[in-house]
Amino acid sequence: MKADPKGVLTGAHYIDGNYAIAEGALAAGCRFFGGYPITPSTEIAERFVQRAPLVGGVFIQMEDEMASMNAVLGASWGGVKSMTCTSGPGFSLMMENFGLGLMLETPCVLVNVQRGGPSTGLPTLPGQGDMMQARWGSHGDYEVIALAPDSPQEGFELAIDAFNLSETYRMPVLMMTDECVGHMTEKVVIPPAEEIDVEPRRYTKKPPAEFLPYAVGDDLVPDAPPPGKGYRFHVTGLTHDERGYPVINAEAQDKLVRRLVDKVKKNAKDIIRFEEMDTDGADVVVVSYGITSRVVQPAIEKAKKKGIKVGQIRLIVVWPFPEEKIRELAGRVKTLVVPELNLGQVVLEVERLSAGKCGVTPVTHAGGGVHDPEAIFQAIKEGVK
Amino acid sequence: MKVDAPVREHPMEGLLRMDRIPHIWCPTCGIGTALTAFASALEEQEVSPDSVSIVSGIGCTGRVAGYTKLDSYHTTHGRGIPFAVGLHLANPSLKVVVFSGDGDLVGIGGNHFIHAARRNVDITVVCVNNFLYAMTGGQVAATSPVTANTSTSPYGNFEQPFSLPLLAQSCGAVYVARWTALHIRRMTKAFGEALQKKGFSFVEVIAPCSTLYARRNKLGTGLDLMKFYHDNSEIRHGADPNDLDIGFQQKIVCGKFVDIEKPTFLDAMNDGYRRAFGDRYEEYGGAHA
Repeated sequence: MKADPKGVLTGAHYIDGNYAIAEGALAAGCRFFGGYPITPSTEIAERFVQRAPLVGGVFIQMEDEMASMNAVLGASWGGVKSMTCTSGPGFSLMMENFGLGLMLETPCVLVNVQRGGPSTGLPTLPGQGDMMQARWGSHGDYEVIALAPDSPQEGFELAIDAFNLSETYRMPVLMMTDECVGHMTEKVVIPPAEEIDVEPRRYTKKPPAEFLPYAVGDDLVPDAPPPGKGYRFHVTGLTHDERGYPVINAEAQDKLVRRLVDKVKKNAKDIIRFEEMDTDGADVVVVSYGITSRVVQPAIEKAKKKGIKVGQIRLIVVWPFPEEKIRELAGRVKTLVVPELNLGQVVLEVERLSAGKCGVTPVTHAGGGVHDPEAIFQAIKEGVK
Repeated sequence: MKVDAPVREHPMEGLLRMDRIPHIWCPTCGIGTALTAFASALEEQEVSPDSVSIVSGIGCTGRVAGYTKLDSYHTTHGRGIPFAVGLHLANPSLKVVVFSGDGDLVGIGGNHFIHAARRNVDITVVCVNNFLYAMTGGQVAATSPVTANTSTSPYGNFEQPFSLPLLAQSCGAVYVARWTALHIRRMTKAFGEALQKKGFSFVEVIAPCSTLYARRNKLGTGLDLMKFYHDNSEIRHGADPNDLDIGFQQKIVCGKFVDIEKPTFLDAMNDGYRRAFGDRYEEYGGAHA
């Protein structure tokens, strides 16, 4: 269906990445925000509450991040697209109920505007150190979907995509942005509502007597019961069967957890997105995401001027990871260079998938700023040897 | 010898998930009594049970959502209230009830409890208080009376417990009542009043845990605890919430202590935004389609 024009601020704007994400969420139909202030993500909540009263939305500043995440889940079950944002320690606090959202199969969006960590770390300065926490931070086995915008414009667009993915696969979706993209002010063009596709909740068409909350078809995604309509459904964070009833044994666990994982893995081709540039005949390919994918540009230009055959992969969806693409590149390049604002996280996936077929060079940075492009250039230069 | 006994429908069948019976609760546990009283109160409501949602956290009482044939949500430990807050705010046409235990609601979930009461969010919270963490084997709770023996206060509890009616009242709850598992009729009436009340309504149910609390404290069986409630509970409607402390095997003051009117969170939100936006603001009645 098309976006509700009430939430769409059509036109050209000069706003930062955080505001752009809030606008994307409103355009996608998000009408509930459970927030808790934390730098550098707070502007997303602020923008939402500025706009909510006149678009029929609700904002509530909850008492902590556990509460925010849970209110978002409750609102989603109430039938409303819902979101929250956070950074640093707040992301840790949200992990508990991010897991509940995955287990109950609850569509919603969680934005992490990454800052330097661990602990309180660098509240006002950028990092990309939560990428593995995004992947593994809640307990147990699961798969996630995580998107990483590189600009305010893409923040707007990916916020819409994040909501659509969350409705399609009925799961919380992560936006893993960073302080730089969050606070970077650029032109953001918001199209008319009729040009924005939004995914509605996949409500069951079955009558209550025939409905099972966790029965699935080929896409492994269950249809949702509408609340308050006599379905009298039960959902639980305990391991459960198709009825949603707790079943505490290894068989039920295997069936449920494998399905939760497979619904992402088996649909991964439809979820994975990256930008591929100049990889034909490249000796070196730079793999990056978020703000770092912009910082690599001067290094790539310099390398090209020096005659180095260098290409790049910009990850738009980081999780699920583009495994086939990395395997394919590893078979035909000399080196994959992976700069990130952490001491080596996504590079671990690149190393795993390249399986020794090419060199893999992490370009690490503990956060608090962005890379010196010269460091990335040196890695590219070394990678040709 | 085969006896054909007449098969009769369970009187609560419409509101209980009979396909999940037998339940996990111990013989003489008070949670079933509280659930039965709640189901009776629901039957007396004018609203259809279809529009009532029940949310639980984790623990023995946390299993209530799983046995109740309503839209029912079994969430994480302590987080039933914020989940319910989101559910209610997104869809105020639903009547949202949180049914959980003392460890869940005022131990790990204490922060959520006080803020939902402060905001006067229009939900009903039922707390079955058995004075300890029962599901995990009987550990000390924020409600354990001083000197009570639990597995993590083996020499007697020395911490001051919360008085839940005082906590709820002082945080802003508009309806506060306490009954024991013995007071079935009065408890049922309190649930009915709480469900009708606009705003944050709170009912505490003092309930026996014979397996852990009674056994560790040598208080006899569940029946002995019911006798204790009979002999030691005192009904004092409108009592000062400051006078409702529960000491170890001391008098339990029961009754309705608070029943006042105050704008709910959504009332206040609508007023606030109307002040700011005038006619441009459309009263919020739910964001759902």
